[in-house]
Amino acid sequence: MKVKPVNHALAAEKFIEDVAHETFHDERLWDLRQKRDEQMHILPEWQELRTRASQIKEHTLANLPEYLEQFEANAKKNGIHVHWAADGAEHNRIVGEILEKHGVKSLIKSKSMVTEECQMREYLEPRGITVTETDLGERIQQLDNQMPSHIVVPAVHKLIPDVAKIFAEHYHTDPNDNSAQSLAWQQRLAARPVILSGDAGMTGGNFVVAETGSFVVCTNEGNADLSATVPKLHIATIGIERLVPRMADMGVFIRLLSRSALGSPITQYTTHFRGPQKGSEMHVVLVDNGRSHRLGMQDFWTSLKCIRCGACMNTCPVYRRSGGLSYGAVYSGPIGAIIDPTFNERKYSTLPFASTMNGSCTNVCPVKINIHEQLYKWRRVLAEHHELPFVKREIMHMAGKLMGQPKLYRAAINGTEVALSTMPRFVLYNWLNPWGKHRELPHPVKTTFNSWYKKNRLNKQKEGEKA
Amino acid sequence: MQKPGVRMKIGLFIPCYIDAFYPNAGIATLELLEKLGQDVEYPTEQTCCGQPMANSGCNRDAASAEALFVKLFAKYDAIVMPSGSCTHHVRDNFDAIPQTDEVRHVRENTFELVEFLHDVLKVDNFPWAEFPHKVGLHNSCGTLRALRTASMSELGEPFFSKPMDLLSKVKGISFAHPKRPDECCGFGGTFSVTEEAVSAKMGVDKVTDHHKAGAEYIVSADTSCMMHQQGCAERAGVPIRFIHIAEILNGARE
Repeated sequence: MKVKPVNHALAAEKFIEDVAHETFHDERLWDLRQKRDEQMHILPEWQELRTRASQIKEHTLANLPEYLEQFEANAKKNGIHVHWAADGAEHNRIVGEILEKHGVKSLIKSKSMVTEECQMREYLEPRGITVTETDLGERIQQLDNQMPSHIVVPAVHKLIPDVAKIFAEHYHTDPNDNSAQSLAWQQRLAARPVILSGDAGMTGGNFVVAETGSFVVCTNEGNADLSATVPKLHIATIGIERLVPRMADMGVFIRLLSRSALGSPITQYTTHFRGPQKGSEMHVVLVDNGRSHRLGMQDFWTSLKCIRCGACMNTCPVYRRSGGLSYGAVYSGPIGAIIDPTFNERKYSTLPFASTMNGSCTNVCPVKINIHEQLYKWRRVLAEHHELPFVKREIMHMAGKLMGQPKLYRAAINGTEVALSTMPRFVLYNWLNPWGKHRELPHPVKTTFNSWYKKNRLNKQKEGEKA
Repeated sequence: MQKPGVRMKIGLFIPCYIDAFYPNAGIATLELLEKLGQDVEYPTEQTCCGQPMANSGCNRDAASAEALFVKLFAKYDAIVMPSGSCTHHVRDNFDAIPQTDEVRHVRENTFELVEFLHDVLKVDNFPWAEFPHKVGLHNSCGTLRALRTASMSELGEPFFSKPMDLLSKVKGISFAHPKRPDECCGFGGTFSVTEEAVSAKMGVDKVTDHHKAGAEYIVSADTSCMMHQQGCAERAGVPIRFIHIAEILNGARE
């Protein structure tokens, strides 16, 4: 059976109907955008940093095999076990084997988009391993059985009462608790014993440094550090595009990451992992899962520069009003809309159209990914691969023909003109009907510009010539 | 007035929605260019720049519109249009047809009205213009982030605004300052129907922002944005009026 495309428009419509949630979501993320702007204004070298970051990433991606091998060699010297996973299934199998070898029953983990991509929890839990998310937002999403709706603030689409309800169900706390602080405390009480007794810890990795064989994890809650250091086994799951050549490059990326993401100068915790603690094991699983394929796509490979800051989501007026879950994908928002179709063209064929192509995303992106231009290019690719709805394709085909024939076009517009006192004919087409759902139609006018010009300029010219 | 000596043979392009729904914006553009001493012609066989098809991904379907556009406009020194998004299409994306010298000439000499007045004619006053109202300026995303006729908040660059420069030369005008001046209004071409709910919500938020800032009018160089915003404002009962920048610069009083 063919997979159905995600219905972003319908999910977004439902999200908007809930006024309290939509308003909070829009304002909360806009606030992050404004805080990001404040940080940008503090640094006169902001644009220079963006350019540098983009160059470093493009250079690294262009030389990825060499840098990956350099990292592997140096990491091994540091006592890190390095694994290679071609796809999600291989990643899950590798992680499963490491955990099995150590008899792990309880895995504590910090937020990692790659494990979401690989659907690792769904793989491990039937095998008797309890996976506990330790990031507050991610834990809320795990308890509610939802994907993260944002790559940095995964539960940003929820309000306090939603969280109180979820915690009441799972932690038996007060369902009417209306204090964010108290709810966070409840999470701490529930999570801490699990963390302290966890058999293994898992983190992602924001950056991987080739020359030192180390990796860097940036968080605000300290949960990644606990997950990584309390148990005797630390597994880090990292996408192969996270590489930078030199430690000095971190000076560029650390300055950009949290400023772009949350408008804070730096994350609360920026931890460099250089090797296992005494008596412990450390594993890094380098995951491809479609990345090397994407690297070969001429128009789309630079999407691999992404450092997962979420700035494009925060600034996106469509994302803010539709919520991350409406994208029906691990990666939502503008960056999701250009990455997701590489995983499944048909399923995510609607996402590049969930954009006005306003270009704000491209201009906040700290690594200068031309997101809105890639959205434009994806539309072409999807049209060429017949992934557009039939009606839309037909309308565009008909419109295209009409626009090439001045006489027919004029007749159509004049037909509109005749019908203007009632309703313009072309807006009556079913496909265009949604215009009127929340909007009035343009007002009827007595004459088109074309007729006016013929009467007031061309005819007068002729009269002038006669006289 | 414009610097003496700048007189060009101008082809006027009037986008389909201005032709059919907002002819006054087209008339104002024509009259304004004439007042500024320009030799303006409107080829009456014109249809469309090809943008709707291209933006939908159906780039091949834009070919006949683009070919006709070049056929009609290649003979002019400059092609001027009161639309940022059409200008953006011609200048940056117009590639459904082979890129001949004629096509390149057309693409390189197509101007949005504001940039043409500001950068090419360098008009320094509009003695006939007076608009005693508080206006909120809406820069379409095409003019803001593609044509770069104004600074954008994303980059933190020093403030500049070509439409504001021109409007500032109009007697009696004052400006409202909305909270999110650079946010897209949600029109987005076919997005306005395929993503109707999001589009309309963005539109209502946009007009509300301007209204709360005290704007009596929203003024813009893009009528497509305003067609959408007007529809949203009227349905939601937000009392605000809409006017194309060409109408104000041409001397409209309301």
